[in-house]
Amino acid sequence: MMRSVALRKTKNLLMTALMVAATLTVLVPLALIFVHIVKMGLSSVNLDFFTQIPKPTGETGGGMANGMAGSAVMIAMASAIGIPIGIFGAIYLAEYGGSRISTVIRFAADVLSGIPSIITGMVAYSLLVVPMKGFSALAGSVALALIMIPIVLRTTEEQLKMVPGTLREASLALGVPLWRTSLKVTLRSALTGVMTGILLSIARVAGETAPLLFTALGNQFWSSKLTEPMAAMPLQIFNFAISPYEDWHRLAWAGALVLVTVMFTLSLAARYFGRTRER
Amino acid sequence: MPPEATSQKWNIKTGLNGDFIFKGITVVFAFSILAILLIMVYEMAGESLPAMKKFGWRFITGQDWDAVQGTFGALPYLWGSVVSSVLALLLATPLSIGSAVFITEIAPKKFGGVIAALVELLAAIPSVIYGLWGVLVMAPWLQQTVQPFLIDHFGFLPFFQGAPYGVSMLAAVFILMIMVVPIITSITKEVLLAVPQSQKEAAIALGATRWEMIRMAVLPYGRSGILGAVILGLGRAVGETMAVTMVIGNTPQISLSLLSPAYTMPSVIANEFAEASSKLHSAALMEIGLILLAVTLVINALARLLLWSVTRKQSGGGL
Repeated sequence: MMRSVALRKTKNLLMTALMVAATLTVLVPLALIFVHIVKMGLSSVNLDFFTQIPKPTGETGGGMANGMAGSAVMIAMASAIGIPIGIFGAIYLAEYGGSRISTVIRFAADVLSGIPSIITGMVAYSLLVVPMKGFSALAGSVALALIMIPIVLRTTEEQLKMVPGTLREASLALGVPLWRTSLKVTLRSALTGVMTGILLSIARVAGETAPLLFTALGNQFWSSKLTEPMAAMPLQIFNFAISPYEDWHRLAWAGALVLVTVMFTLSLAARYFGRTRER
Repeated sequence: MPPEATSQKWNIKTGLNGDFIFKGITVVFAFSILAILLIMVYEMAGESLPAMKKFGWRFITGQDWDAVQGTFGALPYLWGSVVSSVLALLLATPLSIGSAVFITEIAPKKFGGVIAALVELLAAIPSVIYGLWGVLVMAPWLQQTVQPFLIDHFGFLPFFQGAPYGVSMLAAVFILMIMVVPIITSITKEVLLAVPQSQKEAAIALGATRWEMIRMAVLPYGRSGILGAVILGLGRAVGETMAVTMVIGNTPQISLSLLSPAYTMPSVIANEFAEASSKLHSAALMEIGLILLAVTLVINALARLLLWSVTRKQSGGGL
């Protein structure tokens, strides 16, 4: 049965218009959010924001210096735990894998990366906060590391697999043991791609709030010990956003702008590394 | 597989084999992924045991959540999670598929690439920032503009009854929709890019219009992958914590009205876990976490299987 050409062409046009409309509907709220963060953030960010800690309720001013430092410390510790596990696990999957168990591990990593981050917080709570009898920066770091591991593992594995087998064979033929070949030849030549994965995983955990709620807990002041509650930027943004105070909202917007800037810089850096690899 | 010959060389001084140690380390770290998953399930199940013993199935069917009385029924939270995620997915799915098709099939290549990059950047914005915007900008707008409009014109429907609070189920649905759209779009885009060029050319050669090509050659080919992307989005929506907590109003009630505040599983954990008043209270919250974990495990496993089947087909058949 032939439908008329005109009808089919009209339908084509209509559906194309619908898809353009869908794309616009997707982009508009995202653009609104972005513009609002930049506008509110720029008018709220000042030097105090980077040097002061939050002022008590009712006083204006203050900043998120302790939150920024806390986030940096916890991300560094999470990286120290998560990146080696992710990379060495990936070496196993890429170099020794191929068996059924590797598929299972790969699948587990993919599933793990989809588990709500608040669950990793609860697990870190029962594994670390309860036995240590207190909220701590350490527990927060472990919760963040649990989120980093599957991301680093999967991206590193993809990159290692792209290294040509001839390179490995050349190294092995020269008498270099397999382990040195893995580290000095395979991993080395995949390094830029691996960096991309690491940067993306850091960008991901830098904004995580839920896993820190009952591990690092947050702190109004500076904290010097890893066994004590520690402030973190996302936590501060959350607490200030739901507070009724105008001045705390201002701090939250400033925090949002700084956080988004850091994450976009990391993403762009990751893209840059990814691109140099392709060349 | 690399040749095994070099691994036979033992270090004469220490009596140890570098390859053996190295492989040992990688094995341990690789298997730690499985260990983490198992420990998660084990810990959550163990910690929620007191609540399971005390309430049994009543935990899921009960509606009372009273920390002082020590009765815990999670139905309002289950309801809130299911309704908010399903509605958000219903709105997000057509939008995401539409824009993924636009990016891959309709837009000029460079332009499509720019939009795809934008969408991917936006997928990286932390949920607490969506929540900040949601509670300070979107909720007041809903309260002053959208909800009064809905009450005036559709107030006879049970879905739009009550007072305009701003923070509400509706706000949660909107914020979740905004958050899952970038995820579904970027994965669907990858799936559509995997559709062989020859498939599309064949449709065009038979005289199909562009839409007919999309409907007959592109979408059917990517069907299971797109389904995987949508299910992955569902998993994200169910587990989304911060943004929803900030806009849903945090009131444990079961109401048909989208305008009334509600509560979700992750939200109640976020709000109450750090200050749980008793052993039973934290066990009840752990059990909610366990349900959430089980649901997201199933959802993610399903989504990955669907997505893997697409990429396998691609590497097996195409090359």
